Amino acid sequence: MDSLPSLLDGLSITLILTFISLAVGFVIGVTLALGRVYGNKIISGVCIGYIEVIRGTPLLVQLFILYFGLPAIGIVLTPLSAALLGLSLNSGAYQAEYLRGSLQSIPSGQMVAARTLGMNKLQSIQNIILPQALRISIPAWSNELIYLLKYTSIAYIIQVRELTAEGKFIAAETFRFIEIFVIIAIIYLVLTVLFTAIIDKIEKRLSIPGIGVGKSIGLRNA
Amino acid sequence: MHMLEVKDVHKSYGDLEVLKGISFTMEKGETKVIIGTSGTGKSTLLRCINQLDSPDKGKVWLDGEEITNPATDINKIRQKIGFVFQEFNLFNHLTALRNVSIGLEKVKGMDKEKAQERAMAELTRVGLKEQVQQYPAQLSGGQKQRVGIARALAMDPMVILFDEPTSALDPELIGDVLDVMKTLAGEISMLVVTHEMGFARNVANEIIFMEGGIIVESGPPKQMFQHPEKARTKEFLGKISTLYGKE
Repeated sequence: MDSLPSLLDGLSITLILTFISLAVGFVIGVTLALGRVYGNKIISGVCIGYIEVIRGTPLLVQLFILYFGLPAIGIVLTPLSAALLGLSLNSGAYQAEYLRGSLQSIPSGQMVAARTLGMNKLQSIQNIILPQALRISIPAWSNELIYLLKYTSIAYIIQVRELTAEGKFIAAETFRFIEIFVIIAIIYLVLTVLFTAIIDKIEKRLSIPGIGVGKSIGLRNA
Repeated sequence: MHMLEVKDVHKSYGDLEVLKGISFTMEKGETKVIIGTSGTGKSTLLRCINQLDSPDKGKVWLDGEEITNPATDINKIRQKIGFVFQEFNLFNHLTALRNVSIGLEKVKGMDKEKAQERAMAELTRVGLKEQVQQYPAQLSGGQKQRVGIARALAMDPMVILFDEPTSALDPELIGDVLDVMKTLAGEISMLVVTHEMGFARNVANEIIFMEGGIIVESGPPKQMFQHPEKARTKEFLGKISTLYGKE
C-alpha cells in the first residue's frame, strides 16, 4: 500500500506531539501544583487561575487562539508549534491537578518530620514530599498519556499533518474511508495498549510497600 | 548557662490558651518526663521548643542561643533538637536505613556512604540490624518507633524531645521502645512526654506535672510519687498508677 509512508509520517508527528506535550506539561504541572499547594496567596491564586482557565475552555478554542489569534498581535506560529504549545499548556493544567491531589494526600507528619530534621521547606518537598506524590500520580499520568495521544488528533484542525490528518487526505484521494479510518483507529488502539503496559511496568518497578495503595485520583473526563 | 531554658512560654490557638507561662530548665544528660492529662499542652510545649509552633510570648534558649529570636536560623537549631513522634512519621518511601541517613546527607552534607554507615550503627544500637532494608509499611509499630529514635540519634542532637512515643503502640511492643530509651538515659538529654509511670519513676531525673497550661509541680520521681506537695499531683499520680500499673 503506497499510503503507508505518509501514515508513518503522520504517526511520527502524533508521537512527537504526545510526548513533548506530556514532558513540557509535566514541568508546567509540577510547578503549578507546588505553587498551588505550597505557594503564598498570590502564587497560589495565579496557579489556580491558570488551571481554571485552561480546564474551563475547550482545547480546540485554545488552539484557535494560539494559531489564528496570536498573529493579530504579531506572533505567528507554525501549525506544529502552535499545537505543541497548546497541548503542553493544556496538559500542564491537568497534570497539576493530578499532582495536587497526590500532594494533598501525603500525611502532614511527613513534612513535619522533615522540617524537624532541619530540612528547609524546599528540601523537604524535594526529598520527602515529591518522591511520594509523584509515585502516587503514576496511574493518573498513564491516563494523561492516553488522553494526549488521542487529543493530538485535534491538531488536524489547525493544519498539523498528524496521523488523523494523513488518514483524511488518503481517504479523500482514494475514497476508502472505512479501511483507512479503521487502520487509523487500530494504530491508536495498539499504541494505547502498549503505553498502558509500559507504564504499568514502570509503576510496578517504582512501587514501594505502603505507598499509593488504594489511593484514587480524579481523572480527566474524556 | 543551661543546656535548655524555657522561660514564660505562652501559646494560644484562637481563644484557647493552651500554655499559660511555662518555665523550666534542663542540663546536659538529664532525662525529664512531662506528665499530665490529655489536652493540657504537653505536646504543644514540645512543639514550641523546636518552633514547629512559635510561642506567642516567652523565650527558649538552647545552649545559650535564643531559638525564639526570629533572626535565628531555625533549620540549624532543629538539627540539634531531635524529635520522636507519637505517630512515628517515618518517611514512607524510604527504607529504615535511608530514613536515618537522609538527614545526615541532605542536612549535614555527609556523603552517602558515611551517612549510611552511621545510620547502620544507630539502627544496630536500637536493635534493628536485620530490618535496615525494610520500608516503614513492613515494620511493626515498635520497630517503626525505634527507627524514629535512630533517626533522631543519628543527627547528634543536644536533646531529644519525645512526644508520647509509646501511645500509639500495642502494649506488648511498648517494652522494646522503652528499653531503648532507658539505654539512652544519661548519655543523651531527653525530654519525654509520656504516661508510662514506670519509665518516669525509674529513668527520669525529674518529673514535671502539667495541668491547664501551667506546671503544677515538678521534682525528682521519689518526691513526686511519695511526698507530692500539691493535692492535685497526688490525685493524678494515684489515678494514673492504678491505670498503668505501679512498677
